[in-house]
Amino acid sequence: MVLKGRVLVAGSAEGPLLRMTAPLSFWGGVDPKTGRISDPRHPQHGLAIGGTVLALPEPRGSSSSSAVMLELIARGLAPAALLLGEADAILALGIVVAGEMGHPTLPALEVAELERLPEGRVRVDIDGSIRAG
Amino acid sequence: MTLALTAAERALLEGSGGPAAAMAMRIVAEAARLMGAPSLVQVESAHIDGCLYHGDSGVHFAERLVELGGRVAVPSTLNVGALDLLHPGRVRFDPETGGMARRLMAASEALGCKPTWTCAPYQAGHRPRLGAHVAWGESNAVAFVNSVLGARTNRLGDFLDLCCAITARAPCYGLHLDDARRARLVVDARGLSERLRRLDAFYPVLGAFLGAEAGSEVAAILGVPSDTDEDRLKALGAAAASTGAVGLFHAVGVTPEAPALETALGGAEPERRVELKPDLLRAARDRLSTAAAGSDVIDAVAVGSPHFSGSEFHALAALARGRRFRVPFYACTGRGVLTEIERAGLLAPLKEAGVEIVVDTCVVVAPILPPEAGVLMTNSGKFAFYAPANTGFATVYGSLADCVASATAGRVVRDERLWS
Repeated sequence: MVLKGRVLVAGSAEGPLLRMTAPLSFWGGVDPKTGRISDPRHPQHGLAIGGTVLALPEPRGSSSSSAVMLELIARGLAPAALLLGEADAILALGIVVAGEMGHPTLPALEVAELERLPEGRVRVDIDGSIRAG
Repeated sequence: MTLALTAAERALLEGSGGPAAAMAMRIVAEAARLMGAPSLVQVESAHIDGCLYHGDSGVHFAERLVELGGRVAVPSTLNVGALDLLHPGRVRFDPETGGMARRLMAASEALGCKPTWTCAPYQAGHRPRLGAHVAWGESNAVAFVNSVLGARTNRLGDFLDLCCAITARAPCYGLHLDDARRARLVVDARGLSERLRRLDAFYPVLGAFLGAEAGSEVAAILGVPSDTDEDRLKALGAAAASTGAVGLFHAVGVTPEAPALETALGGAEPERRVELKPDLLRAARDRLSTAAAGSDVIDAVAVGSPHFSGSEFHALAALARGRRFRVPFYACTGRGVLTEIERAGLLAPLKEAGVEIVVDTCVVVAPILPPEAGVLMTNSGKFAFYAPANTGFATVYGSLADCVASATAGRVVRDERLWS
């Protein structure tokens, strides 16, 4: 099965799907030093997002999440790819700035039907297609 | 959708304004492209949320812009930093981290931003006119400037706010446009008692409910009394922008784009209506407290997120008069408000009661609270939401009067009758 996302930041990547079961604000919700979900109220508290294909159904929370995204990228703790239920200028912008600063970037896609994503390993291609990896 | 740039904007991209402006314009244009904006809009002012230290990467970004000769092109205020510059030693950073936090604040100033160091720039004289296009960061400030002042900005992430300030442009989509400012959701709070709707403690809870219910949708709220003041609206917006991605709300009969429900809805039918019933409100209130139910332990109290205003300090001083707090009590504010309350003679009585005033920063973004994490009581929906993850403290939510009574007693004292 192949899903198609709208490319926000182009790239290709592969990793285990990590689907957020509740909204997650990177600022106040992800520790930039460890890449783990640090909000104790989040149902997936403690999970590391590094290297995952991170699916976020809805954006939420602080505008400082761009800075947390940049810091995660600079430390090598960022997700392999970001799949957003709706386009969000905050997280994707952290990736754009990382590119300007000479860091590696990661693909970010807007995906209408995140619930249809296959579980397990997922591959994201440069044209925005998403398939089981 | 392709992005159409004006000749002046293309020239900036090609370096007419120097390399920093070109870099800033690349980032603004990229943000516009990824949000599907067809063009950029000229902005009148900016509020910059990039001066809080989250790691070295952000310092390097600001310093890169300084090295390249960057300069903001519109009046720009600065959000909180990670240091209280007026009270050295209050923030417990190791020298290296403190040094990086200071470098970031210095670079932000070097770009020409005003060193206001507050998350409530609207309390520091930065008040755009109704309908003005602006570029603001900091989620509570965005909610306030859109909702209470009726200026227009999207919720800009860190870095984009600064790039917009340097280029005097923002991606033109979303809340810059009439259609997106129309309410889609109606939250009807008229069924709650008027007594409850006149309490200070109601507004953060209403905001917490709104954010969770609305996500990023624009809501029109019915039942907010017409004389509700700015402090309550700021508390509402801050909580809604914490539990949700709310960038704009309309309080019907109160905020400038909602003289009537029909106006807020733009003449259309709402997509959804929600009635705020007492049990929903109490559930939203209870979610702001993470400390074990039934325990009355508190280790500290914090108020001032968003930064306390002059009138909030007057209310605190009146409640605290003649009391001695048994636990640390922090009130966070901007240096402008500090000057104002100093002139009003409030510092001595506040200090006598045990209020520690934190300036330029706040207790959830910098290590200020006692090193042993425990239970933090607060009247702020935003503190209640972010403190557990950012500080390790569990939270108890209460009114300002509850916070003062609890700090005096050294244990949680809450007036539960308020919520019946």
